[in-house]
Amino acid sequence: MTQRQSDRTNVAPGSVDLTADVLVIGGGPAGTWAACSAAWRGATVVLVDKGYCGTSGATAPSGTGVWYVPPDPAKRVAAMASREKMGGYLQDRRWMQRVLDRTYESVNLLAEWGYPFPTDDNGQSRRTSLQGPEYMRLMRRRVGRAGVTILDHCPALELLIDESGAVVGATGVRRQQNDTWVVRAKAVVLASGGCAFQSKALGCDVLTGDGYLMAAEAGADLSGMEFSNAYAIAPAFASVTKTLFYNWATFTYPDGTEVPGARSQGGRSAIARALLTQQVYAQIDKADPEQQAVMRLAQPNFFVPFDRRGIDPFKQRFPVTLRLEGTVRGTGGLRLVDDTCATGVAGLYAAGDAASRELVCGGFTGGGSHNAAWAMSSGFWAGAGAADYAGQAKVGARARPAGGIAFNSEGHGEFDPASLVRHVQAEVFPFERNYFRTGAVLSDAVGRLDALWESARQKRASSREHIVKAREAAAMLATARWMYRSALARTESRGMHKRYDHLQQDPAQRAYLTVAGLDDIHVEARPAPALPPEALAA
Amino acid sequence: MIEIVSLERCVACDLCVQVCPTNVFDAVPDAAPKIARQADCQTCFMCELYCPVDALYVAPDVQQTLSVSEEVVAEQGLLGSYRASIGWSRGKRNRRGSDQTFKLIASPH
Repeated sequence: MTQRQSDRTNVAPGSVDLTADVLVIGGGPAGTWAACSAAWRGATVVLVDKGYCGTSGATAPSGTGVWYVPPDPAKRVAAMASREKMGGYLQDRRWMQRVLDRTYESVNLLAEWGYPFPTDDNGQSRRTSLQGPEYMRLMRRRVGRAGVTILDHCPALELLIDESGAVVGATGVRRQQNDTWVVRAKAVVLASGGCAFQSKALGCDVLTGDGYLMAAEAGADLSGMEFSNAYAIAPAFASVTKTLFYNWATFTYPDGTEVPGARSQGGRSAIARALLTQQVYAQIDKADPEQQAVMRLAQPNFFVPFDRRGIDPFKQRFPVTLRLEGTVRGTGGLRLVDDTCATGVAGLYAAGDAASRELVCGGFTGGGSHNAAWAMSSGFWAGAGAADYAGQAKVGARARPAGGIAFNSEGHGEFDPASLVRHVQAEVFPFERNYFRTGAVLSDAVGRLDALWESARQKRASSREHIVKAREAAAMLATARWMYRSALARTESRGMHKRYDHLQQDPAQRAYLTVAGLDDIHVEARPAPALPPEALAA
Repeated sequence: MIEIVSLERCVACDLCVQVCPTNVFDAVPDAAPKIARQADCQTCFMCELYCPVDALYVAPDVQQTLSVSEEVVAEQGLLGSYRASIGWSRGKRNRRGSDQTFKLIASPH
């Protein structure tokens, strides 16, 4: 692949060059809702997915609770208040209310579309949980029915911007054809997911922070990147990072004695601490036979690794590990500036894990419920916002690609994505760095990560095959730097961000941290919304 | 990681090539797809769910490749076991909609 900017928007014969009102990057829950929503507003829409819309991302192979609360004022207030303390009081009640309203509507739409929600013994339809494969297969169908053009196996590499700096499309690779795609659009929705650093958390290898990098290159900033050290429990050998059933588990050392304080909720750090020195085992021994049967029906995928290894997780203990889920289960992401999920860059919108979820989760999410609600709500708003913007946008005559790192035409030496990924993982995976955070350890890591960036930006990726992995590696590196820079700046413990040199929550730091920049990174505090009445009373 | 494409069962529909989110397979004209990039497999089991003839087997191990025999996993009933458990196989459709999570989580928050 040639690296000159002018060549990067001129496609080779056989490649795809499309024009649309709205381009959606990412085909998970947020992207599919965004695509539908934009199309329903009358926009022409193209959706690109790195993998396959319907199987790609964290939701499809998994399944998730949903923050589905009937519109009963008392229940709604209780739902909003329930996690505010855990989130460090960084949520915004107005946004929580909006998300509860929107999620209720969207989940009911799923039921209308034929999603097979279960019925309880009273004949009541129960809508607080979604099976990933069913949900995303249905969403793909709805995207198709809305008239959206879907491009599968089309990783996006960089955004296009016009003379005014507005985002006017994107380009990438059609990896199964080994050629290029360009979509010229009046608005772009980034629904590219978070970043889990290819930790083998379920479905997360495609979630490498690509959207963060592309957006930052166009001038967008991020928020809450210190809330990025969620680790999920999984069998040591397997990818299935589904943690609900570990609420019924006992965690033990190799000799069979219990790990003190180890619990799935509120005791995960004890598991991490024990894993620093030895193997930890789990057994789902607190579920009675009836619960065991319910578990099999609730999460069939949880049992796949066990059934295939010949392990009975209710009767036998098995080795466990903690896999980093980064901002997929963390809450940081691109900063939104208004109710339409616009970023600070004209023409650029963000949704789902690509966007900061602090508005509804603050600094902590315990599970999928709020995340799923956020994905479907922010996706819906971003799609509509992008469509409305596209209706009145004046696009400049020239589109130039905004990508930097790995496109360096004067580059010296070949970009080595595999090696870079290993180096980044070595900084972000270890519990002693990312879980048990201290200023000294974070500073050292930032120094090494900055050096990696300085070296990587001198390199070039020379083939089309190569550039996808190079950009993924660069996005993970950029994400790690924003994470640790933000974590250094927050000299207190709040939400999932725990500083072992600043164990207390500091009322003076109840603020959002915005992080921006690529070569030079800046962190700034922005005021958090007013405290909810219950918190003030307490 | 993906370990088996059963040549006996495969009907060369190439659906797995299409749906694999990490592009592990390569289509082969008039033949079963080949596992071209096994190391890219993220062990998400999605290919198994979409395979209409249960010709694929994903071993649960994320790090190491294993030598797995098709005969053995077929005998253990593991070919298509996950697809059946979520109600996507013929004769198992009643399992769709049997999600019992609400019995384990009391409140919606």
